[in-house]
Amino acid sequence: MTSSTGRATFTAEQAREAFPDEVVTTAVTRLVRVPGLSGEVALITLDNGHDHTRPSTFGPQGLLSLARAFDEAVAADPVAIAITGKPFVFAVGADLSGVGRLSSPDLARRIAETGHEVFRRFTEAAVPTFAFVNGAVMGGGLELALSCHYRTLASNAAAIALPEVFLGLFPGWGGTQLLPNLVGADGAVEVIIENALNQNKMLSPARAAELGIVDVVFDSADYLEQSLRWLADVVSENLTPVRRKIDRGEAWQAALARGRAFVAAKTHGASPGAAKALELLELARDHDLDAGYAAETDALAQLLLTDELRAGLYAFDLVQKRARRPVGAPDKALARPVGKVGIVGAGLMASQLALLFVRRLKVPVVLTDIDKDRVDKGVGYVHAEIDKLLGRGRLSPDAANRLKALVTGSLDKAVFADADLVIEAVFEELAVKRQVFAEVEQHVSAECVLATNTSSLSVSQMAAELAHPERVVGLHFFNPVAVLPLVEVIRGEWTDDASLATAFAVGKQLKKSCVLVSDAPAFVVNRLLTRFLGEVVSALDAGTPFEVADAALEPLGLPMSPLVLLQLVGPTVALHVAETMHEAFPDRFPVSPNLRRFVEAGKTAVYLWDEAGNQRVDPEVLALWEGGDQPQTAEQVRTRAEEALADEVRRMLDDGVVAEAQDVDLCLLLGAGWPFWLGGITPYLDRAGVSERVTGKRFLAPGVASVPV
Amino acid sequence: MAALVASERALRTVVFVDGVRTPFGKAGPKGIYAETRADDLVVKVIRELLRRHPELPPERIDEVAIAATTQIGDQGLTIGRTAALLAGLPKSVPGYAIDRMCAGAMTAVTTAASGIAFGAYDVAIAGGVEHMGRHPMGEGVDPNPRFLADRLVDPSALVMGQTAENLHDRFPAVTKQRADAFAAASQDRYDRAVKAGHIGPELVPVATRSAERGWGLASADEPPRPGTTVAGLAGLKTPFRPHGRVTAGNAAGLNDGATGCILADSSTVAELGLPTGMRLVGYAFAGVEPEVMGVGPVPATERALRRTGLTMDDIGLIEINEAFAVQVLAFLDHFGIADDDPRVNQWGGAIATGHPLASSGVRLMTQLARQFTTRQDVRYGITTMCIGIGMGGTVIWENPNYTGGGQ
Repeated sequence: MTSSTGRATFTAEQAREAFPDEVVTTAVTRLVRVPGLSGEVALITLDNGHDHTRPSTFGPQGLLSLARAFDEAVAADPVAIAITGKPFVFAVGADLSGVGRLSSPDLARRIAETGHEVFRRFTEAAVPTFAFVNGAVMGGGLELALSCHYRTLASNAAAIALPEVFLGLFPGWGGTQLLPNLVGADGAVEVIIENALNQNKMLSPARAAELGIVDVVFDSADYLEQSLRWLADVVSENLTPVRRKIDRGEAWQAALARGRAFVAAKTHGASPGAAKALELLELARDHDLDAGYAAETDALAQLLLTDELRAGLYAFDLVQKRARRPVGAPDKALARPVGKVGIVGAGLMASQLALLFVRRLKVPVVLTDIDKDRVDKGVGYVHAEIDKLLGRGRLSPDAANRLKALVTGSLDKAVFADADLVIEAVFEELAVKRQVFAEVEQHVSAECVLATNTSSLSVSQMAAELAHPERVVGLHFFNPVAVLPLVEVIRGEWTDDASLATAFAVGKQLKKSCVLVSDAPAFVVNRLLTRFLGEVVSALDAGTPFEVADAALEPLGLPMSPLVLLQLVGPTVALHVAETMHEAFPDRFPVSPNLRRFVEAGKTAVYLWDEAGNQRVDPEVLALWEGGDQPQTAEQVRTRAEEALADEVRRMLDDGVVAEAQDVDLCLLLGAGWPFWLGGITPYLDRAGVSERVTGKRFLAPGVASVPV
Repeated sequence: MAALVASERALRTVVFVDGVRTPFGKAGPKGIYAETRADDLVVKVIRELLRRHPELPPERIDEVAIAATTQIGDQGLTIGRTAALLAGLPKSVPGYAIDRMCAGAMTAVTTAASGIAFGAYDVAIAGGVEHMGRHPMGEGVDPNPRFLADRLVDPSALVMGQTAENLHDRFPAVTKQRADAFAAASQDRYDRAVKAGHIGPELVPVATRSAERGWGLASADEPPRPGTTVAGLAGLKTPFRPHGRVTAGNAAGLNDGATGCILADSSTVAELGLPTGMRLVGYAFAGVEPEVMGVGPVPATERALRRTGLTMDDIGLIEINEAFAVQVLAFLDHFGIADDDPRVNQWGGAIATGHPLASSGVRLMTQLARQFTTRQDVRYGITTMCIGIGMGGTVIWENPNYTGGGQ
């Protein structure tokens, strides 16, 4: 493979064959006269022919087009070569939709090599090369920019990131080698590892400049003109961009150690992409591009064919697409506008809901409760939160005034008379909730949607006695409401399409991802977490040491261990849901007497932490837990927990709780924060063979979230 | 500042600090600005003015007056205000849109300058834009039927080429031969001015997008046709009349471009350390019969000279807009100036460089100010232009570099 003779690794025909549906990003070269330069500048524009809502990406044909544009540029004997993108977009990396069908190791290797080969031409060009990063730049787009000698950035660039590790991959077209050698390992770990694993955090243009990823930021109003002027200054040696000195000693090691600790905490070693990224960053310290790119290629060829990566891409597709177009939602046109919201209850959950509704819908939100103190406290909480947002500069004073004026409280449900949606967040007891809805119904219009935020009770039973049961829906939010993006939208026995459509429309306005769930006990997330937690608690009850049982699931790389999850949910709530589930399915959902004692003792956590953050089991908890004499190994605990999950998911699908396994996965990704490499859960259960062992079949066909066979 | 009452008010001296413009383009789908917005052209101009004058704090700008003839779409929405916001000027800086057809930018200057002289502003930006590709002449017009019913104007008055033909009728001494010769000379003078580096430094390069060809950079005027000869012009079609005299060769084309300048009162110029390009002496606008609008510069100049107590003998440099060669020649004949007088459009004119209607006035001024820097022998110069619907405008400027002698 040579990098300057124009030999690409694909022929045009092979490129088309490899990825027939590619939305090709075309690279066109134009010769430009720039004041102050005697020769011409070859300016390459990347453009896939769509507007900014379909950003330019690279597939095999796009890479070939770029190679041709580069050759054309070189042939014109320019004083410099610059590359930029269509309006608002530079390039956002490899076209991932093609990776799903990739099944040949040879093809995977060639995709890796072609990216390296084409991008490297910009690195090894005989004339200076410039990336004018005029907008969104991610993954391979940023790697192309890094392959150039110089970079300018537009001040309004909206997305700057190397998100590969977030997806289960690593930056494999030079990113792991170029970035640390440009900005140091510290910045590279921040971008490649930490940002990616922090919900794919984007860099601001200012931060990108601070890290040294770009040489200079220009205002968007005349970005390209100023970039060309800057190019002229650099080419004519009026200006030499200052690059940071790279510390290849201790600082490099320290950054990598930080990265390793971060990856361990976030993935527990379950994501091969993150681990590979660290290895390659290590290698970049004292190897040249030949060695570095060869290592990237080897790793990429291997990783592209792992089920973990496919699960990650599947999960990405779910949260990007399915989450935005909920399956089974009625026609949007049926939704009724919501101009006022009522909230029954003024406790913490109710107050969080009030804050969310007022911030997103910007309509009057009125809270009611049984005494004035509670109402005042609820309204006070919302006002205080708005003030905090104001203090942090997230809201303008005018906007804060507006929102605060919209949130009021009352003791009289008559204030709901002109509400279009009333949601209850009162005590989790069916009788209480039925009574609340009956009272509310006396005041509201016949079309007003009544929503319940119940976590496990039957929506249909809540509606049964009402004059208009068709207006009752479940809107199950997850705690903390402001953070977790999932809302389970529950259709009860009588719920009509208009009410359901209104619920979905409100969910969307709240910027939540909605999944349609039927009225089954505890819906999706709580049902699965309860079943799963039940297995761990059973293991404890059988005498398995706390440390063993709780660490058993570590290989899955869940965001927290089961017993820490128990603490987050709150043992009282967890017990309550477990009891509800026990009532519905006694054989699969036991209620542990130990857990009950634990709750009755007023304990909220299994663990104690010392000042250094070391965790140990609370001796009082140990004392009250009456363990059996059949301890399990970690392996056994994990197997039982996985089998329980497979069993429960299969039952849910058979009972039609959700439309497809994809909805279960989406719920776990968004409502429980389960990781991409598990694809939610069903891709993992399939690839680990658990599904077939327990249920006799897979959840997803081979190739959907795994490498096709 | 102490409160002023009318009786105490004294006029202030207005300075043309500096002017820039975009390269001018050919209107139409193949032109350099075919896929560039008009407001973006103005934005580039405003930003370049600020970049060239870091000594001017943006918050000191008291007004942004931008002209456009067709105030629709990207030339609408009060373009002086919107372009100021898009250019990143502080939100406290106001702006407005102004229209006097071809003399839009000229009127932006005279109006803003009058505000400065009056004491309402210290610093203003004035300029103009016309994207005749996106907004062809006459787009969306709806002339009152009484114009024709009451014979207020001749039917030819709204077609500028026909008004030029009418002007040939009125001044038979201005022949097609003279018009073509003047046009060829304009192309030649422009070409020499570019090669000598006179034209170019005032240009702000503009990135131009083509969905098909990718990004480019406009850094030179597109319309000029160097090497134009009288013989070559002789054979061109006369689209406004069979066997007429007005051709695409002896008229300005249909063009896209924007211009802008900084104006300030002389004490603010001193305070901020801004350069003095020219000093405003006086100005006048005058109306003429709409069907011979090209004669407008004659009464406008007479009026401006009269009001300032000057005569044409005092004027050392003339920048006259070349909408049509005939209209320049009618002006020269009136004042007894030779067709090839070196005082007139010495760097060529709109026949070469193009005439994006409302932007051209500031191109003339910028060019005059730049000529002043090398002509210490010249004390006064004028910028003048004809205006659709029968008007002319003339602004008289004083050269700060004048050292006496000459004249």
